[in-house]
This record gives sequence, structure tokens and C-alpha cells, in this order.
Amino acid sequence: MVNVLERERVLRAAREAAARVVDPEIPALSIADLGVLRAVRLGDDGVVEIDITPTYSGCPAMRLIACEVEAAVEAAGLGRPRVNLVLAPAWTTDWITPAGREALRRSGIAPPAPGGGRRALFGADEVVACPHCGAADTEKLSEFGSTACKALWRCRACGEPFDYFKCH
Amino acid sequence: MTTIAVAETPLVLGLLRLADTALVHAQRLSEWCGHAPMLEEDLALANLALDLIGQARALYAYAAEAEGAGRTEDDLAYRRDAPQFRNVLIAELPRGDFAFTILRAFLLAAHAQPFWRAASQSNDATLAAIAAKAEKEAAYHLRHSGEWVIRLGDGTEESGRRMREALATLWPYTGELFEADAADRALVEAGILPAPEDLRPVWDATVDRVFGEACLTRPPETWMQSGGRSGRHTEHLGHMLAVMQHLQRAYPGATW
Repeated sequence: MVNVLERERVLRAAREAAARVVDPEIPALSIADLGVLRAVRLGDDGVVEIDITPTYSGCPAMRLIACEVEAAVEAAGLGRPRVNLVLAPAWTTDWITPAGREALRRSGIAPPAPGGGRRALFGADEVVACPHCGAADTEKLSEFGSTACKALWRCRACGEPFDYFKCH
Repeated sequence: MTTIAVAETPLVLGLLRLADTALVHAQRLSEWCGHAPMLEEDLALANLALDLIGQARALYAYAAEAEGAGRTEDDLAYRRDAPQFRNVLIAELPRGDFAFTILRAFLLAAHAQPFWRAASQSNDATLAAIAAKAEKEAAYHLRHSGEWVIRLGDGTEESGRRMREALATLWPYTGELFEADAADRALVEAGILPAPEDLRPVWDATVDRVFGEACLTRPPETWMQSGGRSGRHTEHLGHMLAVMQHLQRAYPGATW
């Protein structure tokens, strides 16, 4: 009984520690809210196991995120965890939580349109609301922005440029 | 340079062909970093390259695992010489001007997007997972490069001329995308990779649609270049690898 309770305590503490790790490129967003943290388990040997998944194939932040997850779990006194990089199922922007979307908006990044996925070759551009003033009168400046997951937009109403988290 | 000899089962060979094409194309795209016609395009080409390097890493890592000789993705990328590379020739041609670069990216993405979409249904779970992610990236590359092909093809007199010249050079290299040898057949039969010829109608339709808007004429049927997938390369690949692999050649096993 004690053993079961102890395992539950460790698991809960590990989840909390891992969930506090933030995306190094978007510090407003935790990896839990981003949908990058996929699973936290306790192995039969008592070692914490954590699954993370990349947003984009070439995301250069994955190694750092893995290191920070390790450090966070260790700092919580739970030992050195095993961090696995899992590819399936493939990450989608639909996994960003409502709290994550709000955190993006607050840090000046327009959250992705929900229901993402496959885009037509030359489909109409989505309507993106300005994260600063909320106006829908915005335009795309560049398909590619400061990181692989963002595009560069501008608000015609308030004149501010902003990052748009690409629908993926 | 100490090269490694990879045991090329059909699966390992198939993975190397995909990985090498992605890596070599990415290396060409990244040559534009700091030199693109404008800042937005500098970012775009670097982003395309980053996606492709990410795909190549996942494919190399899986190829190394499938080979089971204890190698890493870095061994496969840095410790093979040109005759051991299995990329299609179109990926290794020198970057040329911006029209050439963007048309090549378009021709490859028009193939990659339906390829990865089909491969996401692969019987091989690892490959299916890599494909599901790569498909979305390829769709973005296709959209971006396709818009540029139209803008340049149907642009000024000079941009149209450059696009037509690029097309004349690149076209004979497109046949290799649809080749199939015994290794390909084995992978198709095992339900691991889509049949090359099945991708042809989608590629044709995409190319025809974009060329139509870009005022470009599809070149007539012609003799097609071949050989890259078997390690017979143009002279350009060796020069490219000399740059890309410089560090591992000068300081074997260097890490940081």
C-alpha cells in the first residue's frame, strides 16, 4: 500500500516538474501547454519515463527541452529520468491547450487557427486576429518567421507586426 | 577520409535515398543563408533547409537502427563519400540563381508532398511517423515554392527568361523521381513505401497547374538523367561534400 502511494506521489511530482519546463523559443508557453509533453510514466525499475514529441522535424529546441526535463525531474528529487523522443502520433497545433493559446496571445503571438492540418496548395489564407489589438484586418508578410513554427504578419489597424504560430 | 561501408538491405537503401536527397537539397538551400534576394526569403530558404535536415536526421537515425551496426545519424551523413550517397541528382546540382533554386524546390516538393502523404500509411510504424510530420512540412514548401514559380514565371521579361532557363536545365533530372529498381519493388510489395509510378499523376497535375499559371510550357518528353540513387553522381556532389563534411574529415570523430 505504501509502495503504491509512494509511486503515485513520485508520478505526480514528476508530472508537475516536467510540465513546468518551458519552450526555450517561447518562454510564455510550457511544454505541457504546447502539447510537446506526451506522457509521464514510472518504469518497473522505479525510474521516471517521459515522452516528448517535436513540433517540426528540424526543431532545434528538442535537445534543450530534453535536457531541461531531465534537470527539472532531478531537481525535484526524483532521480534521473529516461526522456524518450516519440514521433507518432505527429504533433499538431490542435494539441496546444486553451491556456497555451491564451499565453501565446499575451506574449504577442497569434495562436494557430484550430482544426489545422493539411492546407490546400493555394487555399485562401486563414483570418488571423492581431494579438495586440484584436483586429482581423491583418496581412501576411512572410510565410516564414523567427522560428520554424512561426510566420510573420502585420496588423493594418494598429500597425504592429506580430508572429503567427503556423497551423500545422 | 575514413569512410564506412553500409550494408544496404532494401530498407536501409530506401531510407538512405530519402535521407540523402533531403540532406543534399537542404545543404544547397542553406547556401542562400545571408544571400537571398530579401530578408523574408532568406528566412524562408533557411526554414525549408531546417525542415529537410530534420527529416534527414530522423531517416538516418532509423537507417542506422535498421542496419544494426551501431552507427549513428552522423556516421551516415559525414562518413560516406559521393559514390555512397543515394540522393537523386536534381538535389545536388549547384544552387544556380534564385529562379533555379525555387524551381528545384517546387519540383521536389510536388513529389515529396504526395510521397509522404502515401508513406504516412506505411506498414512500417517508424516510417509512417516520420512521414506524417514530413507531409505537413512538404505541403508548406510546395505552397511557398509554387507561389514563387508563378510570380517569377509570369513576372518580368527577365524573371520569365530565368525561369524558362532553369526549367530547361532541371527537367531532364525529374525522371529519376519516379524510377523503381528491385529494392524499391521490395519495399512497395512489403507495404513500406508507395509505388513511384503511383505518385506520377499527382505530380503531373500539380506541375501542369502551376506551370499554367506561371506561363511556363512543360518541356517535351526527353531523355532523362539517372544514376544518383545508385551512387553515380555529377561532379558537383563531391565538391559539396568536401565542404559539408570538412570538420569530420579534418578531425575524425570530433564532437562538441
